[in-house]
Amino acid sequence: MAQISFIDSSGQTRTVGGEDGATVMETAIRNGIPEIEAECGGACACATCHVYVDPAWAEKVGKPQPMEEDMLDFAWEVQPNSRLSCQIKVTPDLDGLIVRTPARQG
Amino acid sequence: MTETINTDVVIVGAGPVGLFAVFELGLLDIRCHLVDILSKPGGQCSELYPEKPIYDIPGFPLVTGQGLVDNLMEQCKPFHPVFHHGEMVERLETIGTAEHPGFRVTTDGGQTIECKAVLIAAGGGSFQPKKPPIPGVDAYEGHSVFYAVRKMEAFAGTRVLIVGGGDSALDWTLNLQPIAERVTLLHRRDAFRAAPHSVNSMRELVASGSMDLLLGQVTALEGADGHLEAAVVKHDDGTSTRVVCNRMLPFFGLTMKLGPIAGWGLNLHENLVPVDTEKFETSTPGIFAIGDINTYPGKLKLILSGFHEGALAAQKIHRYVYPDKRLTFQYTTSSTNLQKKLGVA
Repeated sequence: MAQISFIDSSGQTRTVGGEDGATVMETAIRNGIPEIEAECGGACACATCHVYVDPAWAEKVGKPQPMEEDMLDFAWEVQPNSRLSCQIKVTPDLDGLIVRTPARQG
Repeated sequence: MTETINTDVVIVGAGPVGLFAVFELGLLDIRCHLVDILSKPGGQCSELYPEKPIYDIPGFPLVTGQGLVDNLMEQCKPFHPVFHHGEMVERLETIGTAEHPGFRVTTDGGQTIECKAVLIAAGGGSFQPKKPPIPGVDAYEGHSVFYAVRKMEAFAGTRVLIVGGGDSALDWTLNLQPIAERVTLLHRRDAFRAAPHSVNSMRELVASGSMDLLLGQVTALEGADGHLEAAVVKHDDGTSTRVVCNRMLPFFGLTMKLGPIAGWGLNLHENLVPVDTEKFETSTPGIFAIGDINTYPGKLKLILSGFHEGALAAQKIHRYVYPDKRLTFQYTTSSTNLQKKLGVA
């Protein structure tokens, strides 16, 4: 179980446990984290699970693959640390991960 | 004004669940018209993930979104469904009684269809263009900001800012460039999803000075009374550019909105339509809801659940369409009657 903190657009932090192998999006949905919609259910087909990875974690989380980068074109206010949370797999290495959710997902 | 169509059932939504409902209704001699805002059948399967594999369709260890839709189209073909694509059901009026329901369906394209039952298979709602998160963009919509090009001539001699990196953005860049005063294409990065030959044509136009390409995101619009004068574009390095333009075309893909269904007088629960689990009928007799759009205790948003719901809804719809006929349950494997309908006997 890696602890993952979601900071919403109003600044509120919610920390939940993520199972190894699950995605950050699935972890958010299972725990009722607001501001993650995941319209397509994790198929990397909609860009409604957009998060900003905390700069301190950017390197560990890594960069998006080309397909995800294409999908990010549909997200709002994309920043260099933008990722789609359905494409980030939870691993023990990510224990303590902090991501911020945007005010809107589309 | 087009002529009113008369049919048995109007299916709202031509996704996988709506298509299979055509089959189940067809076996019971019930004719269908389908209305869908998209330009082709398949709903989310064709629009969101045509190439992606689906693993949980019974009997198909793996099928792509488009593959499933193609098969469903083949399967419902014997029943000659009529498709009304690029249209959205705007109004739904009751014209019958609770025992003998009747409905008048009106699309935003002005088509009126009268039917005995309505089957809502609208999934996550209708696909509508995503709006950019620019403060005050609403004020410019319909005057200077458009999400689709209806008439190209309306852009002749204008300064157009096109935003996006997919085929829509690139196609309109190339189509409008010859007739506009100036076209600027804006994308957040220097990689494009659009077809490579379109991207190459665009780059040639930029190299010859015939149009502009900018990398960044729009943060503000300038203008008055709905008339756009300029857009402020922020670049990755933090600097901004002011782009003088009087038209903007943002192409940010589609999103799903419940849309007009909210105004049809149905009970709704968190934008879903509650139904019973015997007939999948809504709070209004004669209006049914199947697939992702409905809700009931234990609901799972699976395509296979939608198929099951369509089969059961068809049984009750039969009573509305043929109130005097008794329905005998039959199997396609053994019934020559059903096989005749399928064109195989």
